[in-house]
Amino acid sequence: MTGIVVSDVSKSFGDFVAVDDISLTVPDGSLTALLGPSGSGKSTLLRMIAGLEEPGAGQIVIGGADVTRTPARKREIGFVFQHYAAFKHMTVRDNVAFGLEIRRADRAKIRSRVDELLRLVHLEAYAKRYPSQLSGGQRQRMALARALAVEPRVLLLDEPFGALDATVRRDLRAWLRRLHDEVSVTTILVTHDQEEAMEVAGQIVVMNGGRIEQVGSPRELYEAPANDFVAGFVGPVTELAGSKLRPHDVDIRIDPVDGAMEAQVRRVTHLGFEVRVELEAGDGRRLWAQLTREEAEQLELMDGQIVYVRASRRMPVALA
Amino acid sequence: MRGRFALRSVALGYLTLLLVLPVGFVFLKTFEHGVGAAWDSVTTPAARHAFWLTIELVAIAVPLCTLFGVVAAIAIVRRRWRGRALFNALLDIPFAVSPVVIGLALLLVYGRLGWFGDWLAQNGLRIVFAFPGMLLATIFVSLPFVARETIPVLREVGTEQEQAAATLGAGPFQTFWRVTLPAIRWGVAYGVVLTTARALGEFGAVSVVSGHIAGQTETLTLHVEDRVEAFDLTGAYAAALVLALIALLTLLSMNLLRRKEAV
Ligand SMILES: Nc1ncnc2c1ncn2[C@@H]1O[C@H](COP(=O)(O)OP(=O)(O)O)[C@@H](O)[C@H]1O
Ligand SMILES: [Mg+2]
Repeated sequence: MTGIVVSDVSKSFGDFVAVDDISLTVPDGSLTALLGPSGSGKSTLLRMIAGLEEPGAGQIVIGGADVTRTPARKREIGFVFQHYAAFKHMTVRDNVAFGLEIRRADRAKIRSRVDELLRLVHLEAYAKRYPSQLSGGQRQRMALARALAVEPRVLLLDEPFGALDATVRRDLRAWLRRLHDEVSVTTILVTHDQEEAMEVAGQIVVMNGGRIEQVGSPRELYEAPANDFVAGFVGPVTELAGSKLRPHDVDIRIDPVDGAMEAQVRRVTHLGFEVRVELEAGDGRRLWAQLTREEAEQLELMDGQIVYVRASRRMPVALA
Repeated sequence: MRGRFALRSVALGYLTLLLVLPVGFVFLKTFEHGVGAAWDSVTTPAARHAFWLTIELVAIAVPLCTLFGVVAAIAIVRRRWRGRALFNALLDIPFAVSPVVIGLALLLVYGRLGWFGDWLAQNGLRIVFAFPGMLLATIFVSLPFVARETIPVLREVGTEQEQAAATLGAGPFQTFWRVTLPAIRWGVAYGVVLTTARALGEFGAVSVVSGHIAGQTETLTLHVEDRVEAFDLTGAYAAALVLALIALLTLLSMNLLRRKEAV
């Protein structure tokens, strides 16, 4: 059992409250994302779990043991930093072996374990290189291998793909997901990218201003956000007749139907497989709809055209 | 193209006037009466004693200054404590104060009429006009170099690698030896070179506390002065050349080390 339980944890820097009385349970073996805008306290929370920051109040339990006052080096965690934190003067092999050397594992064991990890992160061919000779994606894979080498009880990732370009990010994300399925170590991933959180995590914790807004599966957050903030953060939102809905839940008809409101097409934008339609409803409010290309082709919408819109699906909770 | 050439000429000219010419002159003057005469004058008992005394002073002062410098740099950059800013400011005193004043201060504290004078005399300890005083003077004047060279590097390196080491199970000492020190090594090395150069060349402070006893408390720099005063110019130039060679050797060995690592 290596679940993580955070109870009533707070942290201030001077007068500024970075983490405000947070309680959270991360189930054993799960991949949980801390999702929120920059400055919402995600890193601070993660660093307190790692022992790199001391909580001002509250308790942190890892695998059933209270580690609130345990130094980072004794928490048996793996931590991956946004900017890799590679040991620049060591080769890739020595970087990965670092934790095992500290633990005075025997040479043969270190060798085989490092080989195994280099294979896992596809860096076998780079063992003798220095971090400066690697690309960003390779460096981050090395950092992951280094963190995993000591078989940590939990893996903590602080925006690990934040410094990488979009394609590498996408690849590494998918790779992380597969890795987690393979190794299934309890993992917390910090990110400000909702797509990344949705794609990778089983459980998402949405943070804002040092507090938790909602905890749930990607689908729960998307379909049943607890409030405006979550709704807006995990996906686009538009408004029709005073209620909020996802733009792809706006149903556009050429002919009037029951419960539909008259609206005028303002602008149609083609974005590849998605088509965005901006509308002005009869009550003067603006909204927008997201259609598939097929839907758009069937409707043959034109700027200035009068159509009828209704919500095919509303978000279940009445949002403030 | 033209501008760069002009700039280069000015830089080289400046260097020649200020450095190459005087040092070259010392070199020429040393061998004015032949290699034999020069060799004889650096192998007199007094010259040899001065040489070994200087080496001894440097060999003890530089490691102590280095240790202090690295610890001070870490205390200033990595720790938060009351008096840190004050400590950082005080660190530069040896740079700010004239070496002669430092020498006088040592006299005042440890001299026969100084604060500890009676106590030292009663216990048969001799600091001023003896090796310990010269060592103190040498350490004092060369103290800030390693810290000053290390502080910016330590800041630049940041704390992430150290934090990574901690999450991987490393204690403070393991982190220092395996992560921090290798990361700042060139800053420290440069500080060591400067410290060595300063310790070798120190004149004022050592001059005040040494008492100038040839064959006993005379370092190479003091020996140079002594030779000048005795109108033995070959001896003076030869001793000066030895000083320059030791400094050059230090600089060279650091560069070689660095080059070897870069391969
Ligand atoms: N060491 C620190 N000193 C002062 N303020 C800090 C420190 N670390 C974080 N903060 C502040 O706490 C807030 C939350 O920071 P952080 O946890 O890094 O947010 P996130 O990771 O969600 O972007 C930010 O406003 C940040 O400026
Ligand atoms: Mg952050």
